[in-house]
Amino acid sequence: MARIDRFLRGLIVPVLLIALWHALSQTGVFRPEILPSPGAVVQRWIAYLNPQDALSPHYDWLAWLNSSEMLSDAYSSLYRVLAGFAIGAGLALPLGLLMGADKRVHVLFDPLVQFLRPIPPIAYIPLSILWFGLGNPPALFLISIGSFFPVLLNTIAGVRQVDGIYIRAAQNLGAGSFTLFRRVIVPAAMPYILAGARIGLGTAFIVVIVAEMIAVNSGLGYRILEAREYLWSDKVIAGIITIGMIGLALDLMMARLTGYLLRWHRGLES
Amino acid sequence: MDGTGSTMDDAPFEPAAEGGADGRSQIRIDNVSMVFGRKGTAVAALQNVSLDIAAGEFVCLLGPSGCGKSTLLNAIAGFIKPTGGNIAVEGQPISRPGPSRGMVFQEYALFPWMTVEKNVAFGLEIKGAPSAEIDATVEELLGLLKLKEFRKRFPKDLSGGMRQRVAIARVLALDPPIMLMDEPFGALDALTRRSLQDELLRIWQSLRKTIVFVTHSIDEAIHLGSRIAVLTYRPGTVKRDLQVQLPRPRDSSEPEFNRLKRELARLVMEEQQRFAEDEVRGA
Repeated sequence: MARIDRFLRGLIVPVLLIALWHALSQTGVFRPEILPSPGAVVQRWIAYLNPQDALSPHYDWLAWLNSSEMLSDAYSSLYRVLAGFAIGAGLALPLGLLMGADKRVHVLFDPLVQFLRPIPPIAYIPLSILWFGLGNPPALFLISIGSFFPVLLNTIAGVRQVDGIYIRAAQNLGAGSFTLFRRVIVPAAMPYILAGARIGLGTAFIVVIVAEMIAVNSGLGYRILEAREYLWSDKVIAGIITIGMIGLALDLMMARLTGYLLRWHRGLES
Repeated sequence: MDGTGSTMDDAPFEPAAEGGADGRSQIRIDNVSMVFGRKGTAVAALQNVSLDIAAGEFVCLLGPSGCGKSTLLNAIAGFIKPTGGNIAVEGQPISRPGPSRGMVFQEYALFPWMTVEKNVAFGLEIKGAPSAEIDATVEELLGLLKLKEFRKRFPKDLSGGMRQRVAIARVLALDPPIMLMDEPFGALDALTRRSLQDELLRIWQSLRKTIVFVTHSIDEAIHLGSRIAVLTYRPGTVKRDLQVQLPRPRDSSEPEFNRLKRELARLVMEEQQRFAEDEVRGA
């Protein structure tokens, strides 16, 4: 009961805003290319989602879904996010573990990391196109940079905050350094690492939209820029809403995964 | 009487060690000193501590905060290296931590990401024991410490007493001849504490472990120890080393118990006084 109540209260402000938007679009002050009505956006969103082809007689579901412009765009974007994130986080994790655990490695890499960290991934766009041309490679390059640093910094912090008593306990039970690392330090650092991964995935999603506006011709970012060229502002907004929904879904999935992996952790907030 | 305490008390102990379970000392602490910090601000935590502990003894190290009792335990465990003297176990000098001296910490130190049974299995797993042996040992220990119903729980879902049972089981899994316990029951409520003390005694008697047990509770020391070493406040030395001959189970209302308690209270309070004076001075 209380949950339903809270949910309904949470709807008040969005509903009011949509009503205001609707009223504004009906006044005729703004042209529909500038401010389409909410209804037009919803129609456009449905059209964007709707598969273009009929389901083939031998039920090729994949082809049918892929003929939906939105789903195929979402697929392209998600593929880039996940692949770029995998590259970035995959490089950041081992380096972060080493930098966190070994002072000498930290001394070697920390100045460079501190210098590169504040550079927004977007700043590498020109270079990425010069180096990798157009298409997926520059996009993946940018996305992996975007997810690299949050994962790296959190992994370093996570390893450093491991309570010395776990290390003592493990050594007392006969753990050598490799066992100690794999079975004590890495799991103890996991809350930090996963928090970093969540931030990294969020950054990857921001970067993918930008990268698609510039370097490739598919995906959600590409689609809203293309819609602007035709002054289809209803489609631009429909695309933005889709981006928001997918971003939210990604974050929720990551939060669920984190909640499961850290079910041992006390005081966990999602 | 106070001034001669430490020299006098070496005497009643020596014959006991020689007549110990197997007639020789299992842990030999020889003239151990431990200085922390640099010159000028250096603190002598231990000074010329010598103790010989025979197999099967239950030795309580008793003293106020800052008397170096945990330092001594950590040195036996191999976590820290004394700045002077030697510690040998079974004739071998100690160079690093190892499973022959199972440590139970006051803060439990259970791995929070492992379930109860995983915590208990950890030592055997990293040793590479066959899984049938691991399963059998874990099963036995969960039974011994009454943890069977909690095997799938994570430490965060256990009470303090339960956690300490798991910590004891985790150490026992490797069947160490020696158990080192650093105020293991210090954070528990009185009733839980009492039942864990009794359980520990049961384990000590049935598994024939040597136990070195750090505490600042006089009652706990008398209740548990076959021998009690009172340490002095900074620098830590052995002020008094005595055998406790009271029959078990020990009854805290008996006159002998209370005579010993008064005696130990006097010794410990002298040191507590020195500790308090130091604290006032802000040392």
